[in-house]
Amino acid sequence: MENIKEYLKAERNQEWRAELRKSMKAKERTGRERNDMLERDPNVRNKNIDEVNLGLTEELALADARRCIDCANPTCITGCPVGINIPKFIKKIETGDYLGAAVVLKETNALPAVCGRVCPQDKQCENNCFYTISLKKPAVAIGNLERFAADYERNSGQMAIPEVAAPNGIKVGVIGSGPAGLSAAGDLCKLGYDVTVFEALHEIGGVLKYGIPEFRLPNEIVDVEIEVMRKMGIKFKTNFLVGRTATIDELKEQGYEAFFVGSGAGLPRFMNIPGENYNGILSSNEYLTRVNLMNAANPDFDTPVLKGKNVAVIGGGNTAMDSVRTAKRLGAERSVIVYRRSLVEMPARVEEVKHAQEEGIEFMNLHNPVEYFADENGRVNRMRIQKMELGEPDTSGRRRPIVIPNSEFEIDVDTVVVSVGVSPNPLIPASLPNLKMTDWGTIVVDQDTMQSSIPELFAGGDIVRGGATVILAMGDGRKAAAGMHKYIQEKINK
Amino acid sequence: MNKIVEKEFFSENVAKLVIEAPEIAKSRKPGHFVIIRIDERGERIPLTIAGSDIEKGTITLVVQKVGVTSAKLLALNEGDVIRDVVGPLGKATHIENIGTVLCAGGGVGVAPLLPIVEGFKKAGNRVVTVLAARTKDLIILEDQMREFSDEVILMTDDGSSGRKGLVTAGMEEVIKREKVDMCMTIGPAIMMKFAALTTKKYNIPTEASLNTIMVDGTGMCGACRVSVGGKTKFVCVDGPEFDAHEVNFEEMMSRLGGYKELEAEAYEKYLKNAE
Ligand SMILES: Cc1cc2nc3c(=O)[nH]c(=O)nc-3n(C[C@H](O)[C@H](O)[C@H](O)COP(=O)(O)OP(=O)(O)OC[C@H]3O[C@@H](n4cnc5c(N)ncnc54)[C@H](O)[C@@H]3O)c2cc1C
Ligand SMILES: Cc1cc2nc3c(=O)[nH]c(=O)nc-3n(C[C@H](O)[C@H](O)[C@H](O)COP(=O)(O)OP(=O)(O)OC[C@H]3O[C@@H](n4cnc5c(N)ncnc54)[C@H](O)[C@@H]3O)c2cc1C
Ligand code: SF4
Ligand code: FES
Repeated sequence: MENIKEYLKAERNQEWRAELRKSMKAKERTGRERNDMLERDPNVRNKNIDEVNLGLTEELALADARRCIDCANPTCITGCPVGINIPKFIKKIETGDYLGAAVVLKETNALPAVCGRVCPQDKQCENNCFYTISLKKPAVAIGNLERFAADYERNSGQMAIPEVAAPNGIKVGVIGSGPAGLSAAGDLCKLGYDVTVFEALHEIGGVLKYGIPEFRLPNEIVDVEIEVMRKMGIKFKTNFLVGRTATIDELKEQGYEAFFVGSGAGLPRFMNIPGENYNGILSSNEYLTRVNLMNAANPDFDTPVLKGKNVAVIGGGNTAMDSVRTAKRLGAERSVIVYRRSLVEMPARVEEVKHAQEEGIEFMNLHNPVEYFADENGRVNRMRIQKMELGEPDTSGRRRPIVIPNSEFEIDVDTVVVSVGVSPNPLIPASLPNLKMTDWGTIVVDQDTMQSSIPELFAGGDIVRGGATVILAMGDGRKAAAGMHKYIQEKINK
Repeated sequence: MNKIVEKEFFSENVAKLVIEAPEIAKSRKPGHFVIIRIDERGERIPLTIAGSDIEKGTITLVVQKVGVTSAKLLALNEGDVIRDVVGPLGKATHIENIGTVLCAGGGVGVAPLLPIVEGFKKAGNRVVTVLAARTKDLIILEDQMREFSDEVILMTDDGSSGRKGLVTAGMEEVIKREKVDMCMTIGPAIMMKFAALTTKKYNIPTEASLNTIMVDGTGMCGACRVSVGGKTKFVCVDGPEFDAHEVNFEEMMSRLGGYKELEAEAYEKYLKNAE
């Protein structure tokens, strides 16, 4: 920890940074207003899948970068799970060195263009910014600036292919191509390993592809990163379900020395209430997979999707917001969030809630479904809901929802998307009886090396944490790559 | 990319496809299935692995034309490629030597039944197979079934081949005449429902292989869910075979129709374009 502080201090004392600080008074910096990204018109964008945010213009980015006072004690960094040197990249932007800013980001974050779009900045870096904590003003737009620098680099056509060490000929396997797997693969490749990523689906990217919609994270952005990884020499095997197509033992026989498991938490949970299996009631995973992975809303593609007129989405997380906004885009007249707590407790990114509200999404907060009803064809047509109120905080610190007795009523629906959480994918654990698991079905790992109870098996991301975030998954992937490197080198040098 | 190395029509609407898939050929067991996607724009559909050749690195699928994707698949020829094939998926059939096994199949269920009939026979069981169809022309895989069954009983609704009557009549005939240790049924949900009611009367353990709608086939979406013994199960990972006496067939039938209108629309469009 001390080392990091020393390092940050040394960085901050570099001449260019000191100069820059002097070039403008802190008062002048803090007197400026935060800019918003340009956005598409809510009433236009809720009818198509174009990306909602248009990013910052160069001018806006410079203005926002100037707000950062380059704190001696940059508290923002403590809020970042991978410890991005935030003031440094922002000050690079201020000097106009956008490519340099991207380099700073990539020191610790393999996918800044993705994180700039989907990280919960409002709970992480920006929540710990000096502006938020001490000035009680809107934070420096760290997320927007991250996105700006990463997009600038991508659009510049000067995307750097990271340097890769001389091949060491050692085969390692990465299971799952979500953010955890991709970041582990990237780091292992840089260290010289012969990396193969195995992915069960026909597309690379995990939730980034099948879950998060195009209007929030265009596929192209993920594809560009994957292309870079291919150029680095990483091999991708799609349609390969480890544990079924081949087992880990069989892969070991093929010469794989160690594995990183980033198989995610892809199992949808249902509420197990009466009528939940009627037609028209589906998990957010199914709904989003049909639309995002299978392109179901496009008539030229074969996969169908139900386009409801009256859609209710159960839940308050990012997945729920993505589903409810997708429903609107597919033409729903009424697209409603039904969430058992209040707006403040919603786990979704603040920006997504705001965008949803602008797009005409209704919120039935403090409501919970108890039963579904169907027409003579078995298609859901009504749901019974009960009202809730908030009680004492529970273990998560959020106030517990309590049922208000005799408050039940019914509303009309023709499509319901259940978005109440996911469970870890049991496939890998089920195929490895010796693997130590928690009661929640996550893999037990060493916090520092991400090594599991099977020495050659490392794991990270949602399969270790349950449903978490992209940045945490990526952080785990990096840590695990370092852990695997150490493990393999020690084994070889013995 | 998986190449079709052999294609043979069994009847107008049913064909066998042998495709390259060396890894799947090695790991598959009877009861397993694959999910395929024909091309960039295709949907993912489940198909049972009817057989495999480890040396040649191929698996065999038997496909019946019922809608857009199955029709497109049957329109492919030797040398063409299927873009995506993933598997083996699902739980393998629990095959052991238990004595006499009654296999009852109809409609879309006959193809997936074939490897199971073969498996039970090779495990040393006496296998009696009842195949049912509306009429003579719709009976498929009769010869293949005969190869692995001690006896094949044909049932048609109109009596145009075999005996006139439903699958259950054929089943009861066998049950009344000899001791049946277990029953396996695959077919339209309505058929499986009545097959299950029949064997329940005689207390014969019965497994049904459920052909629900699927998307990923890896437990990720829940499209394939059914109620078994009052609990929700995912057919792609918990099945596809379940205790037939516990399955809620009414619900399953209803769920199979969940996309009926969209499917019909798509098929009409496909046929029009094919003209
Ligand atoms: C709709 C939605 C919206 C979200 N929005 C946000 C957001 O805005 N911000 C944020 O930070 N987080 C968000 N999240 C959460 C975030 O996406 C996850 O925490 C993150 O993707 C986890 O990464 P992962 O690599 O662990 O797993 P995943 O991204 O789930 O990837 C796992 C991959 O492994 C594959 N796989 C599984 N088993 C096998 C096997 N046996 N063999 C081969 N492959 C296998 C799967 O097919 C999958 O592709 C969202 C999640 C969803 C579903
Ligand atoms: C585990 C499993 C194994 C299967 N194995 C085989 C196999 O070996 N050979 C084979 O031909 N088919 C098999 N099926 C069924 C096959 O997946 C469907 O026939 C196929 O998805 C239909 O797609 P389509 O686009 O051609 O028709 P669609 O347009 O999707 O449907 C056309 C019509 O067929 C009905 N239908 C759709 N899906 C099914 C289904 N799963 N079962 C019964 N009726 C359906 C629809 O209700 C509709 O009326 C299997 C299904 C499962 C779940
Ligand atoms: S805490 Fe805020 S103002 Fe201070 S360095 Fe970080 S981003 Fe800049
Ligand atoms: S097909 Fe998606 S969970 Fe079974």
